[in-house]
Amino acid sequence: MLEYDFMQTAFAAGTVVAIVSGAVGYFLVLRNLTFAGHALSHVGFAGATGALLLGVPPFWGLLIFTLVASTGMGLLGERLRGRDVAVGVILSLSLGLGVLFLSLYTSYATQATALLFGNVLGVSRGSLASLALLGVVSLAALTVISRPLLFATLDPELAEAKGVSLRLVSVLFLLIVGVAVAEAVQIVGILLVFALMVGPAAAALRLAPGLKTGVLLSILLAVTETWAGIALSFYTDWPPTFWITLLGSGVYLLSLLAPRAARRAAPAEHGHAHTVDAD
Amino acid sequence: MTAIELKHVTLTRGERVVLSCVDAGIAEGEFVGVFGPNGAGKTTLLQAILGVLRPQQGEIRVFGAPAGAGGAEVGYLPQKRSSLGDLRLRGWDFVASAYRGERWGMPILGSEGRAAVRFSLETVEATDLAERPFAELSGGEQQRLLLAQALLGKPRLLLLDEPLISLDPRYQQTVVDLVKRVQRTLGMTVLFTAHELNPLLGAMDRVLYLGSGQAALGSVDAVMTSEVLSRLYRAPIEVLRVNGRIIVVSAHGAVEAGAHLHDHHA
Repeated sequence: MLEYDFMQTAFAAGTVVAIVSGAVGYFLVLRNLTFAGHALSHVGFAGATGALLLGVPPFWGLLIFTLVASTGMGLLGERLRGRDVAVGVILSLSLGLGVLFLSLYTSYATQATALLFGNVLGVSRGSLASLALLGVVSLAALTVISRPLLFATLDPELAEAKGVSLRLVSVLFLLIVGVAVAEAVQIVGILLVFALMVGPAAAALRLAPGLKTGVLLSILLAVTETWAGIALSFYTDWPPTFWITLLGSGVYLLSLLAPRAARRAAPAEHGHAHTVDAD
Repeated sequence: MTAIELKHVTLTRGERVVLSCVDAGIAEGEFVGVFGPNGAGKTTLLQAILGVLRPQQGEIRVFGAPAGAGGAEVGYLPQKRSSLGDLRLRGWDFVASAYRGERWGMPILGSEGRAAVRFSLETVEATDLAERPFAELSGGEQQRLLLAQALLGKPRLLLLDEPLISLDPRYQQTVVDLVKRVQRTLGMTVLFTAHELNPLLGAMDRVLYLGSGQAALGSVDAVMTSEVLSRLYRAPIEVLRVNGRIIVVSAHGAVEAGAHLHDHHA
């Protein structure tokens, strides 16, 4: 299948986006901000459809809208965690706007499907370059802020006492999330950003309690699921998005079972006769 | 040497005056229990000593320097834990996140950082706990890791904000004993806020009791009297001693046990 140009591009784009999503998603899950990430992609929908209407490439409309929304959410800082209703209202408003823009735009259906559900097989060489460039920038930014980000995530009160600006860290991180979401939309679409940004990260946090191994595993899972999804799509002719979401959910479900199995095995190893109690 | 010095300190939260013109001095190496009804200003006082909150009036000096100047010398265990409900990360990474966590870059410790984390964990006997996911630990075990985090960098002053809250009585005593042991080993000054006085009776050198914007600092016998507490609560208070325990009673019933007599002085 790699003899086809579009497949090569799909694998390359999938790899770039999966690495970014896996890394950024790990901190998103750690910060309990998965709903905010989900909402950002919906805000992007209004931007992308608006861009179509203006004749601008939808990716840039998407990116600008997610970045503006990231800044707004980031300024809420720690208070964002309790604002699901407000975030949800903005989410539905954005989708509504997107529907309006689409209805004003003439050639509607294919663009809408690609935006909502992704189209990794349709990524052009030109967009691959943009994806790679933005990916490098967001990973570099994540590297620079990851230390205070982790501190502010795990212990906001202590971090603040030690001079970390919670608001600055929150804004910078959500800007990175905005870029990652815009990238993930290219692969799995607006509605299914969860599959790449949350599924692998949540599974990694369950499977590997260490930070370093967790981040690496999250990236590894995202990349593997994306590759397998694209390959399965090639052989079955079913959409890659379907396969990626199926693999993502499957891995997450398995990760829920894994620690339980490990815990059941643990008392047997120690072999204390009196540990045969109900749990 | 004086560890903490408050000179005519007035602290406010928004419009509300929490402490009004308080003077107090705490010597290096002292273990001081900080008590008072909800809203009396225990957390506010600790934050002012940290330098996060500036006094409206007066001055706070920590080891001779203005509050907030010597960040590394002060260890802090905050009360509010908004983010730890379902933390799957292991204890080690949780403790390590506070090691110079204010710096930019990646959370990579280096050998010096690893040694500091290891030392902290050993001090609170939590080396084994550090390998397990934080969410799977009991309340008492989590509290030990939080203490380990506060001890990073061997601070000279340790500010503990309600470390006994939501622990069952058995663990409360364990945590107090642990803090006392650590304090002796490292020769630290400790400010320990709590709702209940009794678990701290054997550990603390002096009591700092806050109420109605005022503060009383002194030995247990000097502060825990009907006269002093009635002034702080602005209500008639009786102090009973039963089997070596101290029970604070208002006209409405026990004050400390229920801890429901509250700040209507706002």
